[in-house]
Amino acid sequence: MKTELMSANYAASRAVVSARVEVVAAYPITPATTVPEQIALLNEQGIYKGQFIRVESEHSAMFACIGASSTGARAFTATSSNGLLLMDEGLHWAAAARLPIVLNNVNRSVSPSWNIHVTHDDSYSKRDTGWIQFYVASVDELYHTIIQSFKLAEDERVLMPVMVNSDGFVLSHTVSPYDHLEPEEVDKFLPPYTPPHWVMDPENPVSHGNIVFPEHYSEFRNMMHEGTKNALPVYTEIEKEYKKLFGKYFGGPIDCYKCDDADVVFTSQGSMGAEAKDAIDELREEGYKAGNARMRMIRPFPVDKIRELGSKVKAFASFDRGVSYGFGGPVANDIRSTMYHMKHRPMIKSYIGGLGGRDMAIPDIKAVILDTFKAVESGELGPEETWNDLKD
Amino acid sequence: MVTTKEIPLKEYVLKGNAACAGCQDMVALRHAHKALEGDVIQVVPACCTSVVQSLWPKSGLAVPILNTAFMASAATASGVKAALKAKGNDHTMVMVWAGDGGTFDIGLQALSGALERRTDFLYICYNNQVYSNTGTQRSSATPLHAQTTTTWFGKTEPEKMLDMIIAAHEPVYQFTANTSYPRDLFDKFKKAQEFEGPKFGHIFLPCPQAWNYPVEKGVEIGKLGVETGYWIQWERVGDEFTLGKHSKRFQDPEKRKPIDEFLKMQGRFSHLYRPKRNDKKIREIEDFIQHRWDMLIRTFT
Amino acid sequence: MHWTCFHLVNEVNTEPTGKKDMPKTSYSKPSIGSTGKTGSWRTFDPMVNYDECNKCRTCWLHCPEAVISIGEDDFPVWDFDYCKGCGICAEVCPKKCIEMVRTSDAVGGSLPVGGSEG
Ligand SMILES: Cc1ncc(C[n+]2csc(CCOP(=O)(O)OP(=O)(O)O)c2C)c(N)n1
Ligand code: SF4
Ligand code: SF4
Ligand code: SF4
Ligand SMILES: [Mg+2]
Repeated sequence: MKTELMSANYAASRAVVSARVEVVAAYPITPATTVPEQIALLNEQGIYKGQFIRVESEHSAMFACIGASSTGARAFTATSSNGLLLMDEGLHWAAAARLPIVLNNVNRSVSPSWNIHVTHDDSYSKRDTGWIQFYVASVDELYHTIIQSFKLAEDERVLMPVMVNSDGFVLSHTVSPYDHLEPEEVDKFLPPYTPPHWVMDPENPVSHGNIVFPEHYSEFRNMMHEGTKNALPVYTEIEKEYKKLFGKYFGGPIDCYKCDDADVVFTSQGSMGAEAKDAIDELREEGYKAGNARMRMIRPFPVDKIRELGSKVKAFASFDRGVSYGFGGPVANDIRSTMYHMKHRPMIKSYIGGLGGRDMAIPDIKAVILDTFKAVESGELGPEETWNDLKD
Repeated sequence: MVTTKEIPLKEYVLKGNAACAGCQDMVALRHAHKALEGDVIQVVPACCTSVVQSLWPKSGLAVPILNTAFMASAATASGVKAALKAKGNDHTMVMVWAGDGGTFDIGLQALSGALERRTDFLYICYNNQVYSNTGTQRSSATPLHAQTTTTWFGKTEPEKMLDMIIAAHEPVYQFTANTSYPRDLFDKFKKAQEFEGPKFGHIFLPCPQAWNYPVEKGVEIGKLGVETGYWIQWERVGDEFTLGKHSKRFQDPEKRKPIDEFLKMQGRFSHLYRPKRNDKKIREIEDFIQHRWDMLIRTFT
Repeated sequence: MHWTCFHLVNEVNTEPTGKKDMPKTSYSKPSIGSTGKTGSWRTFDPMVNYDECNKCRTCWLHCPEAVISIGEDDFPVWDFDYCKGCGICAEVCPKKCIEMVRTSDAVGGSLPVGGSEG
């Protein structure tokens, strides 16, 4: 293990080398572009030894990954925003075909209008495809989560594709240190991919994806649901092993900070979760019992962990950098429905903000948490959701 | 040309599949796979060929088939080929088997991309000139004046000259074929195996359902396509063009059979003869046929 | 293929009873009779007069269903379990020695007799 200084996109391309990916197919889009650029360079330099397909669209990128994965190769792609939206048909396809493809989505606002900065609407809109979804808060976490994701996706109990989301520019173009692993080191953790059920092979011909009638369709869908849900326990095992081998641990599906005795827990996805730790420290100094729960995984939704947290707190201040139009904060709503059947139901405040890359600095986060403290005090939920940085 | 007796007896199209009776797609598949002899991975987008395989958990084709999305077959094939390369397999043929809709229309971008990347694969467009799978809607391969369920009074445009678009990508081998000449078709698949790089085959394929002709006439109608000059058999290795043996004599318009023999057999053109022969529209079809010959000969010779 | 004709002829495959005997995703194995005994679609049977047959295999070449095989004596052999009765073999036979006979009127060995492959 060696510490390197790089942007998240550069580190992602290095994770592809470390994980011995066999096929990458990708198409440029800001802010993901430097991922395919770097993979091309590493490929031409002979450092990335797999195949790189310079496809003509993101739709083709995803389907080239599907073709490769169906033929037994470890496959990877990276994209962002409109590119992810163009992949949609393939995202559903990969999940239903149970192909362990890993995708680095560099979160970016969806058009119109053109805005290349972070909003989570792109990946939020793909929550129901079956893909496992991680959100990371640092370059180091992105690099290692990509490596872990291959193991998770390829585990027979899971066999579902994984999307690792990293915030555009905040992470993608910001240089910071990460601990690099050589492929030989990763070998100890990640064996070569061998498809457990079917593969395109002339020696043993099968047809994948022909017609399924209503008699069996539900069962296949149910098994997808189970596969995605299994990602929670399997990821716990994977993290344990990873920690033992490389000393790296990022906190499981929810990375908690000072939550044990907290009255109010702030939840968020992505890079904001790192700043939130500082906000919590300041609030603690000011006498507020606040905690930070960084949601690393939102599909499968870490139901048990949220219930455990929820059983102890007075309120969640749940922040979404994206919107389900007409219904508010997507993760806040997931937390609300998770808590509905519990005896102790904390207040769940929903905040929407930081859209289109608008800065969410420590004071902004503190304001959100303090607003929740106020609501707890008054006992009134207030608005269904609060657009906290909206200019009236 | 291969003799009938030289064609292998082994069948890769299995009897009891879901194709309509008389389906010429199955004839094309039978002889394509007899030529390729099993060392192939076939990519199939949404089309009749995805349905003829029948229902999970059984398949009517004894080759590996990767079904894929309608517009994505060439991209999917690129991924399959890359995986084979990554694994050091340089012998298995990757073949797309797509309809005219999946090729002329929705899949054209992915196809163009794969050809431009010089992907080592064989792309087959089986052209039944319509979206058969969804019940006979027009495609950009549907002929002028043909009736479909989205052109109820006949299509008002002639078909796209896809072969010219493909040729502009300079595939290593490009051919047209016709299910009424299975031995010629067999030879072309054998030949395709000899070349590394992008290869494209365009197969004319009568569809009894969509064209509405008596099901037993599938071979006759395909031959009439050639004998009226409507369909041209040719191949091109690099930029070396050869007019097919079956089409040669029909380069001369005088030698062609009247187009009526081809049109009259098909329900989709019946409106051209009711209540009486529509001379103007049939003339337009004839003019397009000549135009296509002129374009082809001018471009390639 | 047209969904209409497809629904008409499909024998729903009921082999797997539920999740426990299903794979995680729908991959299929090559099978003869994947859509059942498609011979039942037939209204006309191809009846060959072997006295006239010259073993040219033209019928075999053009049969869309691959139901004609070549026997040891080099004569074509029909599998009526799966022949869909399209009549193409009769059309292309250069000796005109295949006759399409309404199924109920067909005699002897050409009647569907139940195959072994399933
Ligand atoms: C994205 C998408 N749009 C539409 C369809 C519906 N669809 C399935 S097959 C088909 C037409 C296929 O036509 P063609 O490629 O000519 O093949 P054929 O059915 O004639 O064999 C259509 C429109 C689809 N499956 N996917
Ligand atoms: S609709 Fe036409 S092409 Fe499709 S299966 Fe039927 S006969 Fe074949
Ligand atoms: S009738 Fe059709 S399916 Fe039956 S043997 Fe003749 S060509 Fe084949
Ligand atoms: S086409 Fe006619 S003559 Fe030739 S093998 Fe078949 S039945 Fe015999
Ligand atoms: Mg078609």
